[in-house]
Amino acid sequence: MSILVIAEHDNSALKGATLNTVTAAAQIGGEIDVLVAGENCGAVAEEAAKIAGVNKVLVADDAAYGHQLAENLGQLVADLAAGYSHVLASATTTGKNFMPRVAALLDVAQISDIVAVESADTFQRPIYAGNAIATVRSGDATKVITVRATAFDAAATEGSASVESLDKVTDAGVSSFVKEELAKSDRPELTAAKVIVSGGRGMGNGENFALLEKLADKLGAAVGASRAAVDAGFVPNDMQVGQTGKIVAPELYIAVGISGAIQHLAGMKDSKYIVAINKDEEAPIFQVADYGLVADLFEAVPELEQKL
Amino acid sequence: MKVLVAVKRVVDYNVKVRVKGDQSGVDLANVKMAMNPFCEIAVEEAVRLKEKGVAEEIVVVSMGPKAAQEQIRTAMALGADRGILVETDEELESLAVAKLLAKIVEEEQPGLVILGKQAIDSDNNQTGQMLGALTGMPQGTFASEVSMGEGKVEVTREIDGGLQTLSLNLPAIVTTDLRLNEPRYASLPNIMKAKRKPLETKTPADLGVDVAPRLKVLNVAPPAERQAGVMVSSVDELVEKLKNEAKVV
Ligand SMILES: Cc1cc2nc3c(=O)[nH]c(=O)nc-3n(C[C@H](O)[C@H](O)[C@H](O)COP(=O)(O)OP(=O)(O)OC[C@H]3O[C@@H](n4cnc5c(N)ncnc54)[C@H](O)[C@@H]3O)c2cc1C
Ligand SMILES: Nc1ncnc2c1ncn2[C@@H]1O[C@H](COP(=O)(O)O)[C@@H](O)[C@H]1O
Repeated sequence: MSILVIAEHDNSALKGATLNTVTAAAQIGGEIDVLVAGENCGAVAEEAAKIAGVNKVLVADDAAYGHQLAENLGQLVADLAAGYSHVLASATTTGKNFMPRVAALLDVAQISDIVAVESADTFQRPIYAGNAIATVRSGDATKVITVRATAFDAAATEGSASVESLDKVTDAGVSSFVKEELAKSDRPELTAAKVIVSGGRGMGNGENFALLEKLADKLGAAVGASRAAVDAGFVPNDMQVGQTGKIVAPELYIAVGISGAIQHLAGMKDSKYIVAINKDEEAPIFQVADYGLVADLFEAVPELEQKL
Repeated sequence: MKVLVAVKRVVDYNVKVRVKGDQSGVDLANVKMAMNPFCEIAVEEAVRLKEKGVAEEIVVVSMGPKAAQEQIRTAMALGADRGILVETDEELESLAVAKLLAKIVEEEQPGLVILGKQAIDSDNNQTGQMLGALTGMPQGTFASEVSMGEGKVEVTREIDGGLQTLSLNLPAIVTTDLRLNEPRYASLPNIMKAKRKPLETKTPADLGVDVAPRLKVLNVAPPAERQAGVMVSSVDELVEKLKNEAKVV
C-alpha cells in the first residue's frame, strides 16, 4: 500500500491539520508520500520533509496552484493518484473543496471526514450531525478520504524525507483568484486551541464579545461562536463552530450564551471538558456540559475572568 | 440564462435522529422530512437571480424516492419554473447523484448550477465538486455572495481563514453556505400555483447511469455518550472545579 497525503498550507507554512492527516495515513499503513502543491512553496516542502514517517515529498510549484484552485489541484492529484492505494487530505475548507473532484475524476466514492481507521478499507465517520457514527467499507481501487483533524494526534516532526519536484502543470483556465480577506488574530487557531471560549446569540452584540476576549486572553484561548452569533453579524464566519462550521475538540470549551442546538453540539461535543454559562436552566447545552452555571453571562463572565 | 438547482429530501434539521436497535442505520420511520436547508438557500438564490432578470428559467431537480416530489413542489412554490425527479428507491451516494446531474446538465445546458454545500443527513459535502469534475465546470463552493457578470460569475466563499473571492467562467457551479441569503417562505397562492407547474419523472436507467453504491455501510452506531455533568451554583465553585477537579486552568 502507498498513500498520498495532500499538504495543507498557505505557501509559507504547513498547516497543523496536515500532521493529523499523516497520523491517519500511518494507521492505514504503508509508504506515505506528501504532495505540496503551491506557488513559491519551497519552505512548506522543507517543513513537510520533517514529518515523521514520510517517505517522499512531491512539490508542484506553479502559479496555477498558488491559491489551491480546485479545478487545477483536483486534476493534478487525480493524475498522481494512479500510483497510490489511498489519497488523503484534511477535512478543512481546502480539502473539502478539491478532494471530491479527485474522487469523481477517478470514478470512486469519497469518504468524508473520517474519525477512525478500522483497516485499510474500513473507516468510521459521523453522519446526521454526529448523532450516528457509520462504519463504511470501500470497494474502490483508490480510496479518496478526508480526515477530521481532531480525531487523530499530530505526527511528530523529526523525519527527513527526500524532496522531489514535479514539473507537470495543470491549469484548467476556467477559474481565477480575485481576492481574500483573512482574519488576523494573535490568538491560537480555533481547531488547534487547547481552550476555547465561545459566544452565542446571548452575547447580544459584537462589542460584548470583548468580554469573552478578555477571558480568552487570560486562558490563552481561542474565541469561537455559534451560527446565530455569526448570522447576526456579531463576529466573522471563520469563528463558527458546528456541523457546518469548524469542528473543535479542545481540553476546555466554555460555551457562553449558547443554547446547544444539535448543529452546534456536532462541532464541539468531543471537547474534554465543557463548561456552559446560560441564564436558562432548561438550555440543552447543559446536557453535554461537565460544569453548568445558570447565570447572567454579563455578571458571570467578568467574575470568572477576575477569579481565574 | 437557465439555472439548474439540485434539492435533496432529508430529515428535518430539528429532528434528533436515533440509531436503530440492530445498528443497521438510523430510524427514519415517521420522522419529519424536509428540503435540505442548504438547498433552500440554493433555490432562494436562483429565485433572486430571476427577479433581477439575470435568470430566465429555473429548473429544479431531485434524486430519490417518489416522495421527493414534495420538495420539488416546495421549490416550485418558491419560484422554480419546472421540476425533474429522478426516481429511485436506492440509497444514492454523492458520486451517483453527481453522475445523474451531469446527464441532466448535458440535456438542459444551464448557465449556472446551484447546489447546497452539504446534505445534513450524510454530511458528505461532495456532490457539487464531483459534478464540476464530471462536466469540467469550475466551482465556487461554500458561497456567501454570488455576483453575475458577462460570461463570468464572482463567488465569495467562506473558508477556514475568512473569505475568498474567485472568478469563474460560465457555465459554473455554486454551492451555498449559510450566509448567502435568507430563504423566503412560500405563500399559499404560490403553493397552489406550484401544483400546476410541470414535473417530469425519469429513472437512473433512462439517463444511463449506474447508481450502485461503492461503499458498504457495515454498521451505524450511536456516538459515545458524555458522562452526566454537574451544575455549579457560583463562579467560585466553577473555578474550584476547573482548578482542582478538571485541572484545565
Ligand atoms: C443547516 C444548518 C446548519 C447549521 N449549522 C450550525 C453550525 O455549524 N453551528 C451552530 O452553532 N449552529 C448551526 N446551526 C444553527 C443552530 O440550529 C442554532 O440555530 C444555533 O446554534 C443557535 O445559536 P445560539 O445558541 O447562539 O442561539 P440561541 O439558540 O438563540 O440561544 C441563545 C442562548 O443564550 C442564552 N442567553 C441569552 N441572554 C443571556 C444572558 N444574558 N446570560 C446568559 N445566557 C443568555 C439564552 O438562554 C439561549 O439559550 C445550523 C442550522 C442549520 C439549519
Ligand atoms: N439525492 C439528491 N437529489 C438532489 N440533489 C442532491 C441529492 N444529493 C445531494 N444533492 C445536492 O448536493 C448537495 C450536497 O450534498 P452532499 O454532497 O451529499 O453533501 C445538496 O445540498 C444538494 O444540492
